[in-house]
Amino acid sequence: MSFETAGYQLAPVLPELVLAIGAMALLMLGAYRGQETTKTVTTLAVLLLIVVGVLEYMLPAGKQVTFGGSFIVDDFARFMKILALIGSAATLVLSTEFLSDPSRRIFEYAILVLLSTLGMMVLISAGDLISLYLGLELMSLALYVVAASNRDNAKSTEAGLKYFVLGALSSGMLLYGSSLIYGFTGTVAFTGIAAAATVSNVGLVFGLVFLLAGLCFKVSAVPFHMWTPDVYEGAPTPVTAFFASAPKVAALAVFTRVTLTAFPGIVSQWQQILVFVAIASMVLGSFAAIGQSNIKRLMAYSSIGHMGFALVGLAAGTVEGAQGVLMYIVIYVAMTLGSFSVILAMKRNGQPVEQISDFAGLSRTNPLLAFMFAMLLFSLAGIPPLAGFFAKWYVFVAAIKANLFTLAVIGVLSSVVGAYYYLTIVKTMYFDEPAGQVDPMRVEVKTVLAVAGLFTILFALFAGPVVSVASAAAKSLF
Amino acid sequence: MTTWPILSVTTFLPLVGALIVYLSRGDDEAARRNSRWIALWTTLITFAVSVILVMRFDASNADFQFVEKANWLATGITYHMGVDGISLPLVILTTAIMPFCIIASWKSITNRVREYMMAFLILETLMIGTFSALDLVLFYLFFEGGLIPMFLIIGVWGGPRRVYASFKFFLYTLLGSVLMLLAIMALYWNGGTTDIPTLMHTAVPRSLQTWAWLAFFASFAVKMPMWPVHTWLPDAHVEAPTAGSVVLAAILLKMGGYGFLRFSLPMFPLASHDFAPLIFTLSAIAIIYTSLVALMQEDMKKLIAYSSVAHMGFVTMGIFAGTMQGVAGGVFQMISHGIVSGALFLCVGIVYDRMHTRDIAAYGGLVNRMPLYALTFMVFTMANVGLPGTSGFVGEFMTLLGTFKVSIPTAFFATFGVILSACYALWLYRKVVFGALVKPSLASMKDLTFRECLTLFPLIALTILFGIYPKPVLDMSAASVQQLVNNYNTAVTAVKAAALLQ
Repeated sequence: MSFETAGYQLAPVLPELVLAIGAMALLMLGAYRGQETTKTVTTLAVLLLIVVGVLEYMLPAGKQVTFGGSFIVDDFARFMKILALIGSAATLVLSTEFLSDPSRRIFEYAILVLLSTLGMMVLISAGDLISLYLGLELMSLALYVVAASNRDNAKSTEAGLKYFVLGALSSGMLLYGSSLIYGFTGTVAFTGIAAAATVSNVGLVFGLVFLLAGLCFKVSAVPFHMWTPDVYEGAPTPVTAFFASAPKVAALAVFTRVTLTAFPGIVSQWQQILVFVAIASMVLGSFAAIGQSNIKRLMAYSSIGHMGFALVGLAAGTVEGAQGVLMYIVIYVAMTLGSFSVILAMKRNGQPVEQISDFAGLSRTNPLLAFMFAMLLFSLAGIPPLAGFFAKWYVFVAAIKANLFTLAVIGVLSSVVGAYYYLTIVKTMYFDEPAGQVDPMRVEVKTVLAVAGLFTILFALFAGPVVSVASAAAKSLF
Repeated sequence: MTTWPILSVTTFLPLVGALIVYLSRGDDEAARRNSRWIALWTTLITFAVSVILVMRFDASNADFQFVEKANWLATGITYHMGVDGISLPLVILTTAIMPFCIIASWKSITNRVREYMMAFLILETLMIGTFSALDLVLFYLFFEGGLIPMFLIIGVWGGPRRVYASFKFFLYTLLGSVLMLLAIMALYWNGGTTDIPTLMHTAVPRSLQTWAWLAFFASFAVKMPMWPVHTWLPDAHVEAPTAGSVVLAAILLKMGGYGFLRFSLPMFPLASHDFAPLIFTLSAIAIIYTSLVALMQEDMKKLIAYSSVAHMGFVTMGIFAGTMQGVAGGVFQMISHGIVSGALFLCVGIVYDRMHTRDIAAYGGLVNRMPLYALTFMVFTMANVGLPGTSGFVGEFMTLLGTFKVSIPTAFFATFGVILSACYALWLYRKVVFGALVKPSLASMKDLTFRECLTLFPLIALTILFGIYPKPVLDMSAASVQQLVNNYNTAVTAVKAAALLQ
């Protein structure tokens, strides 16, 4: 039996290899040196993520396929991977304070984040259903543990358990869907599925529906969103920031890749599913957030809504749509990281405060923090000239080109409803009487907030290059 | 001719001023004074720069001038600025009104002065940008961006019901605008670009015209505001601080009219023609109904707010008449209303600063204590009524004349508005200024201070100047208006002729 080495180069997976070996090395370091190394391990993990990001950036341009087609590195994958790496690195930076507490000095936290990121990278590059599932599980299993990392807190444990049970259910659905697809097309490779799935048959569509249901769970789109508010609220805030950023990038990336490269022949079949999911997510995200009083729950509903907006671009099923998804996710990650740094900064006498009413009068006690948060909120609402507007522009412009007018109209109208609850927070910060001084911000939180905030506010100035990179990445899928 | 980007400088100077205000730290009296002075100088310098625009403007040229173009987003979306005879007067109106707003807030705003001045300066940048953007995405950026500072101005420095008013203002306007955004996207795919001059010469299919017109209408009708989507305006006006009301009435409302002139008429001439009866009906209702509502008001600002809705009715009516007189009158009426309504809100602000009430019933007999104020208020009341010799007359007369040629019933009903405006404006004036000074609280009222004279007298001069000699404004806009009307009529007659042939 001769092993064909041509299709199995290791160069395209170099960043993943470095990440995996690095994570193992850090695990050894932590295991032999004990919990005092938490800080070192976390710092090294951030550096490792940066190194991997640079390696990913330096990979030769163009599309490379390895492992017999199950691992693809193209512009799209590179774009999404670097974004996921940035998200993971930023959340590790934001976790420093959480991990500095003597009772929570767990070096495994950083390792789990690294392994989860490795899963994301595999997921983003997946070229067949097997590597998709491998990446998804590696990502998710680490996430379940991270969600419960605040062991002594009942809510955190509950969040971890809930996430695990529902996540396992969704993995089951995804596997079931994959097996149906394999059964009806005879292959697991996306290219093979694309060649076979030119006419829709019931079995294939069944498989597609289950597969999409599993993916919807991961991006927390309605009707598979139930876990999101509880997990967001229960998990420690840095973990919530992590859940809201990097895994969403990976899940949305694989969502885009699967629909566009494995099922281009039956667009109309998955388009109607995506239209429904997008509308339901946008509407539910907007209306359900209105009644929330906990800022993390509100951000959970906000992220459900935002995933709905991102799926609007995907529903178009075109190059413009893919570009819209890419633009949306970049801007969404920046806004999310910025918002969560503000939430992390909200501490009074060392105790984190999470109620919206705790933000009262922030504009007088901490003008700069309030201003940044206000800009992030206006951006989340999609008000120009902030970044959020451009995100919405690119997804809706794709929807309009694909003649999805109903979707677009419902989308923009729900964005107006969404604006209401973002405005309520701005109102609390700017119009209400102060509720007391906030503790001074830690330097790492300040840094993340400054970068994310400036990105959001000044996006209009450097939008051009971002658009062209996203456009190139989107074209690489077609 | 120009070697430096004069239009961009005008647009972004206030933003630079806002940055300087931000850098002047501190919250003591000295810091407050600093931010006031920086803001005032910024607006004055901006005005001075915009005067250069007027001097170098070639009024005989109907095309866009001072054009600046730079790459921005990818394909078809560029940073494109420029003004023509329709937008330049509005740019000047903006730069000219802003110093008055700053002066009017000199004493009345004592709380968070720095943020207040920054909000106004940022708002000025966004307003000038709205009028000079020549790219739809850029336009939308400025147009919608203005919501943020205005939301904060009403909400932070406003009256007792400011939260309600600011939310209503924000969400109402946003709701209208997002539909316009979708129409902009549809135009982008139709023309392959969002460049406004290019789109003006791009044929738009009839069905798209109808939908796009309605979507743009949703945005501009709210902004204008037209009946029945005007209800945010009285609330916003009443709760906003004086300078906020002035900006709202004098400039923000003009964005709606400007939008109709810049987009609806040139880009969707057929739909504009089809929907003209709708506009006429809504305008006539606005003129009569809101005038009647104004008659019933007990709050001075609310009365003026309703009168603004009525006066904007003349503008929409004139614009959609599609005749030279109507459109030119609409432009003139916007400028005139900008001056007059701004001044009226300043007048209300002056007595509000002294008495802290806007109840009409709380005043009476002010003429005995404040003769100078009585005189000033009278000039603006007369201009609001549309008395010949004031700028208000020219605009109303021209729009009525223009509409008369197209729709006699509309002109007939709209003329009632002139009578009704006399009813409410004179009634307000009599209640506040005339009569015996019996209320003890009014006995110690002081007449206009030097600072207040400084804000009002230039506006009096302009009101009367434009009333007697409206030529500067009309000449400035004539060529562009002529081109607009010609293109509109050509498009409409072409379709009519084609329909006859079949």
